[in-house]
Amino acid sequence: MADILTVEALKAYYLMNMFGVQREVRAVDDITLSIGRNEVYGIAGESSSGKTSFIKVLAAAIRPPLRVIEGSATYHFKSGDIDVARATPQQIEEIRWKSLSYIMQGSMSVLNPLRKVGRIFEDFAARPLGLSGSAFRQRIVGHLERLKLSPHVLESYAHELSGGMRQRVTIGLATVCSPEFVIADEPTTALDVVVQKDVLGLIKSLQRDMGSSIIFVTHDMSVHANIADRVGIIYAGRLVEEAPTRALFTAPRHPYTAHLVASLPRIGDTRQRPTLEGRPPNLASPPSGCRFHPRCPLAIDKCRTDVPPLETIAPGRRTACWRWRDVEPLTGPVPVAEEIGA
Amino acid sequence: MSALLEVRGVTKHFPIGGMLSGRQVRAVEDANFSVGDSGAEIFTIIGESGSGKTTLARMILGLERPTSGEILFGGQPVTHPSRRERLAFMAKVQPVFQNPFEAFNPLKRVERYLAATARRFLGLRDRAAIDKAVDESLHKVGLSLAEVRGRFPHELSGGQLQRAAIARALIPGPSLLIADEPVSMVDASLRMAIVNLLRNLRDNFGVTVIYITHDLATAYYISDRLVIMQRGLIVEMGPARPILDDPVHPYSKLLKSSVLAVDAIGSDLAIDPQLLAAGNADAGSTAVPLQPGPDGRLVRAVAI
Amino acid sequence: MFTTFRDLFRYNAEFAIGFVLVGLVVVFSCLSFVSPIDPTAVYRAPLDVPPNWQYWFGTNSRGQDMFWELSFSFRNTLTFGITVALISRVISIVIGLASGYLGGWVDRVLMFVNDIFVAIPIFPILILFYFVMRANSNSFVLALLMACFGWPYDARLIRSVAVGLRYREFTRQAVFAGMSPVRIMLQEHLPYVMPIIFATAMANMIWAIGLEVTLAVLGFTNLNIPTVGTTLYWANNHSALIVGTWWWIAIPVIIVILLFVGLFLLAVSLNEHIDPRSRLRRMGA
Repeated sequence: MADILTVEALKAYYLMNMFGVQREVRAVDDITLSIGRNEVYGIAGESSSGKTSFIKVLAAAIRPPLRVIEGSATYHFKSGDIDVARATPQQIEEIRWKSLSYIMQGSMSVLNPLRKVGRIFEDFAARPLGLSGSAFRQRIVGHLERLKLSPHVLESYAHELSGGMRQRVTIGLATVCSPEFVIADEPTTALDVVVQKDVLGLIKSLQRDMGSSIIFVTHDMSVHANIADRVGIIYAGRLVEEAPTRALFTAPRHPYTAHLVASLPRIGDTRQRPTLEGRPPNLASPPSGCRFHPRCPLAIDKCRTDVPPLETIAPGRRTACWRWRDVEPLTGPVPVAEEIGA
Repeated sequence: MSALLEVRGVTKHFPIGGMLSGRQVRAVEDANFSVGDSGAEIFTIIGESGSGKTTLARMILGLERPTSGEILFGGQPVTHPSRRERLAFMAKVQPVFQNPFEAFNPLKRVERYLAATARRFLGLRDRAAIDKAVDESLHKVGLSLAEVRGRFPHELSGGQLQRAAIARALIPGPSLLIADEPVSMVDASLRMAIVNLLRNLRDNFGVTVIYITHDLATAYYISDRLVIMQRGLIVEMGPARPILDDPVHPYSKLLKSSVLAVDAIGSDLAIDPQLLAAGNADAGSTAVPLQPGPDGRLVRAVAI
Repeated sequence: MFTTFRDLFRYNAEFAIGFVLVGLVVVFSCLSFVSPIDPTAVYRAPLDVPPNWQYWFGTNSRGQDMFWELSFSFRNTLTFGITVALISRVISIVIGLASGYLGGWVDRVLMFVNDIFVAIPIFPILILFYFVMRANSNSFVLALLMACFGWPYDARLIRSVAVGLRYREFTRQAVFAGMSPVRIMLQEHLPYVMPIIFATAMANMIWAIGLEVTLAVLGFTNLNIPTVGTTLYWANNHSALIVGTWWWIAIPVIIVILLFVGLFLLAVSLNEHIDPRSRLRRMGA
């Protein structure tokens, strides 16, 4: 399987200087990964873990104070390779929407409230598609059909559509040019449960039809379980584990992942869920050694001083933990956590 | 033992399109239930956006007046004309909000809200007594004054902020907490700490919690009883686990089938179209009454 | 406070320039406190002397040393501008915050009054005031009157921010912490409207000084009080530009421009510093 995206030793920091207060936030700290064609790659991480900054780099939306310090993020499009960390605005303009597109969380931020949906499609897609008039319209209507949307939406304003329909329209916008790579940033987070499942199904089926690759960012592990082929876990600016989805959920090899999986509540399961103490580190002054060590139940002295490398432990599996062999696969009863304040 | 909170025939309509247009949107329609009949419990209100769950919460907090019906807390209506009565009510019923990052003024130190609460509701004046009350409350949620003192909101994690907000709400010694989506904005690794905390408050401090959510999985995990709301109408209510294990109303079934399975990885994401149609059908009117179902639950019959 | 000032001065060129400009004008106007001359006395100096080493700003056709004369003028003008800005800020804060936070009928009544004040034309009222008061009019009463007209636009601006704040969760948190409405408005919401207050205060001063100059040039203020406006009035009265005593007009106009530019730069740079978003970023959020 040929790769469509190769990220190599990417470091992107926020460098700020305000009234003499200098701050360096290492939002993306040495991330290396590659995503294959026709693959859905899930990125999981909490707020301020650096996943948003990582996505900004991939989306070629690198603006000060965010700066790429080292490394590269290269797309291998049919039209040629492009390293978005170094590309010129013209080069990025070339690939934007045609080869690389986005589905974002707030559909309203994409859909101009003063323009009809049909006009918005024209704004976004007419030029990359190189179509106009009835040919363009035919293409759009055909595409909307795949999204189970009637052509009437083209005559509507965004506020006239329900939340689910709006998100379908944004997905339609992102996929109308059959892009090779789609960045989906929390596309289902604000949706109701019924709509969420429906939208996920839609994204999955579109992806299969078009053969695109998707990088799917969400903090919700249950969404990853249902959509991703592989999942990468980001903690404090670093990739800490990467595995095929099933392996990640059944046998996590990093204590942080193990906790994320174990703490998921399930209907029909009343066992006490564990509580993870502590807080995600501040990226302006991360802890020494392994950044997870202050919260890690398995931490040893070595974790406090030495940064664990992201090593390949099995084909397709990488983890950054000195004690990955000791991470318990969480089958069987979940250990009862200490009651808070009790 | 009488109920802590009684919601009797509560209806809330909002006018839309100006005062004179006469059009109204039905936010809550004829809600009837009581909370805390037999000791502290976690009572969950499940609903999607537009189900009226937040309006219901606002009415219970006395922030909104019902169009008709009444809400009684300890036998007294929750809307109080005078500020003194209102404060006495607030000492007993406290809210926990959705977004911990918004819960405290970002320009102010977190402890100031806790200190203000102690001063107002406990009538404390001297610094040491206030600190003691604040510290005790923070200990109930697994924090301490030493961790919070002097900190601005951005210096704490979402989980810590939400716990501090709960500690703030606990200072007056309330018997009822209204938690509106308290974990939807909290990070995955910190979420269960909050959910476990709510459970702990019920078990060890006798606080009844009204937990408002759209997440069936956490509802299953902590609730004693629940109501499921669809477009302002309660469609199913009763003991939590039997209902979620085996929902009866089509909308409840639809909700349950939409919960993303974690164990069946790579499963089909399609929703049964029949279920979707039945679940999305109009919830009907109050003319269709709630009828007793299995396990002591009440289910609204489906009008066909 | 001091470190804020030091940081601003060191890292913000706009602030440094603005501060120096306004500072120079303030120092200049403060010299009037040690002035050797009486600003109302006339024909104490040789007439129409161009700027030289003895008379730095020259003398005018009324026999006054323009250096000391302008020193008094700028003191009065600055005091006037500051008074108007201060009073009208207080009114706009009270009305804007109350209207935005309390809402309901309070909001409707206050905004009704607000709109009336927006609609009333100020200039005819000031002229009417002059004719009624005549010799009794003094700068303070005039400042008071102008302050009464200087708040409504800014009150609306503050209200719009306060309405947004009212629905933020931290406001509800404050309510359930038992804080009183006054405390919520002044402690929770005021920091968010401070940038508006600073920016509009500078703009308001510029507006007030400009209007005062206009009135004085037309002769509708008490001409015995030396201000920038009355200086220009007398210069015009003595046909300064025709006679060739250009410094009589040029110097006050240049200083006023420096003052306005300085105030503008201060407003811009202070705004950036006091803006909650930039404050939060500096705090490390």
